[in-house]
Amino acid sequence: MLTKRVIPCLDVRNGRVTKGVKFKNNVDLGDPVEMAVAYSDGGADELVFYDITASAERRPIDIGMVEAVAKAIRIPFAVGGGISSVEDMERVILAGAEKISVNSLAVRNPEIIAEGAKAFGAQCIVLGMDPVKSDKTASGYEITTRGFREFTGMDAVEWAKRAVDLGAGEIVVNSVDADGTREGFELDITRLIAEAVDVPVVASGGAGKPEHLVTVFHEAKADAAIVAGMIHSGDYTISEIKAAMHAAGVPTRMSW
Amino acid sequence: MTAIIDYKAGNLTSVKLAFAALGVETVVTSDPEVIAAADRVVFPGVGAAKSAMENLRALGLVDAVKSAAATKPFLGICLGMQILFDHSEEDGGVDCLGIIPGHVRRFPSVPGFKVPEIGWNGVTGNVERVTGNGERVTGNGERVTGNGEWGTGTKEFYFVHSYYAEVVPETAGVTEYAGVKFTAMVKKGRLWACQFHPEKSGRIGLELLKEWLSC
Repeated sequence: MLTKRVIPCLDVRNGRVTKGVKFKNNVDLGDPVEMAVAYSDGGADELVFYDITASAERRPIDIGMVEAVAKAIRIPFAVGGGISSVEDMERVILAGAEKISVNSLAVRNPEIIAEGAKAFGAQCIVLGMDPVKSDKTASGYEITTRGFREFTGMDAVEWAKRAVDLGAGEIVVNSVDADGTREGFELDITRLIAEAVDVPVVASGGAGKPEHLVTVFHEAKADAAIVAGMIHSGDYTISEIKAAMHAAGVPTRMSW
Repeated sequence: MTAIIDYKAGNLTSVKLAFAALGVETVVTSDPEVIAAADRVVFPGVGAAKSAMENLRALGLVDAVKSAAATKPFLGICLGMQILFDHSEEDGGVDCLGIIPGHVRRFPSVPGFKVPEIGWNGVTGNVERVTGNGERVTGNGERVTGNGEWGTGTKEFYFVHSYYAEVVPETAGVTEYAGVKFTAMVKKGRLWACQFHPEKSGRIGLELLKEWLSC
C-alpha cells in the first residue's frame, strides 16, 4: 500500500537551518547537511529545503548546499526559494534534487510551471502555496507570496487547479494561519485543495504533535505532511510520529 | 567498469551518487562502444516512453541496449524498466524494446488514488512456486530474494510513475496501486529492472544495488 509521507522541512538562511513563527523570530538550528542525514537515518520519507531568504532578497539558491545534501542522503528531496527561471531549475535538478518547489515565482509567472514540467516532467514541479483565510475569495482562502508579505487576491482553490492544468505534479499547502503555531494543520484548506486536484497534496504548517498528522491524513485527505518545529525542537522523533500513525491505521513506512 | 546509459531521459545525478555511495565508479555515456566494453550497464530513465524510444534510435543505442541486456549484468530503472517491455500505451501507444514480453499501461482513474503514484510503496516477492530444495522462485524460475528483505516480506521503495508494467513470468516483485497489481521488479538472469528508484530508496535501495552488483 502506498504510504503517507512524513517530510521534515528545513528552512535555510545563510547556510544554516532556522525556524521562526510566521517567518519571524528565526532561531539557528544547525547545519543543513547534518540535519538532512539525521532525519534521513531517522525515517524521513523525503525532505524539503526552502531557502527562505532567497526569494525576499532576490538572489539565486545555494547550489553547493544542494550538491552536498544530494551526496549525503539517499531519499528524495525538494528545493524551493530563489528559483527564477528554467535554467535555475535545471541547476537544482542536476545538483541532485528530485523536485523543485515554486511559490511566489509561479504567481508572478504561471508559465514557469508549464516550462518546468515540459523540461523535467510534472513529477519534478511542486507548487508551494501560502493561503490565508480571507473573505475576498470564493473558497475563503487567498494566496499570499514572498513569505506572507504580499496578498494577491487570488483564490487558493482556483490557483491550485490552474497550477495542475499547467503541469504541477504536487501541491504543498502551507497554511499561513497555522504556520509555526504547532496547534495542528489547517484541515479545511488542505481538504479543499486535496479534493479539487488529482495530484498529491502535502499538508504544511501547524504540526505540533503526532496526533496532528494522524488527523490530517484521516480527515483532510493529505498524501504527505510536513513537520518542522516539533522535530527540530527535539520534542518528537520521526519514529514517534510514525508509530502514532501506524497505531491509528495510517499506512506508513516503518523500517528504513 | 559500470556504465550508466545517458539517452536524454532524465537526470542521472542520483543514480551516479548512489553507486558512488557504494564505492562504485560509474561512467555516464551515450557511446555504444563504451556500453559494449562495460562490465555492467545501468539503464535509468524518467519521462515519456515515446521520446525515450526516439532518443535511443537517434543516438543509435537500440542494439547496444539489447546486446547489453542479453549478455551482461543490466539494471533498468523506472522508465528504463518500462521500455524493456514490448509496448507502452503512453502517448497513444509506442513499440518498445521487446526484451521482456508484456505491456505497459496507464493507471486507471480510481477515486482516492492520485496519478502519478508518488511515494514509498511496498514491494512483495512474486513467488510462483517453491522448488524441491525450498527455493522460492518466480514464473520463469528466478530465485525471489529481492534484497534479502522483501523476498520474505514486504518492504517499501520509492516510486514515481503514471504507467505500470503488467505482471509477467519474469516479475520478481509486485506492488499494488489504484486497484492494480503491477510489476515492481523483473529478473531474467543477470537482467534486473525495477519500477521504483533504488537510488532514492534509502538503505534498502542501496542494498538492492549492492545485490545487483554481485549478480
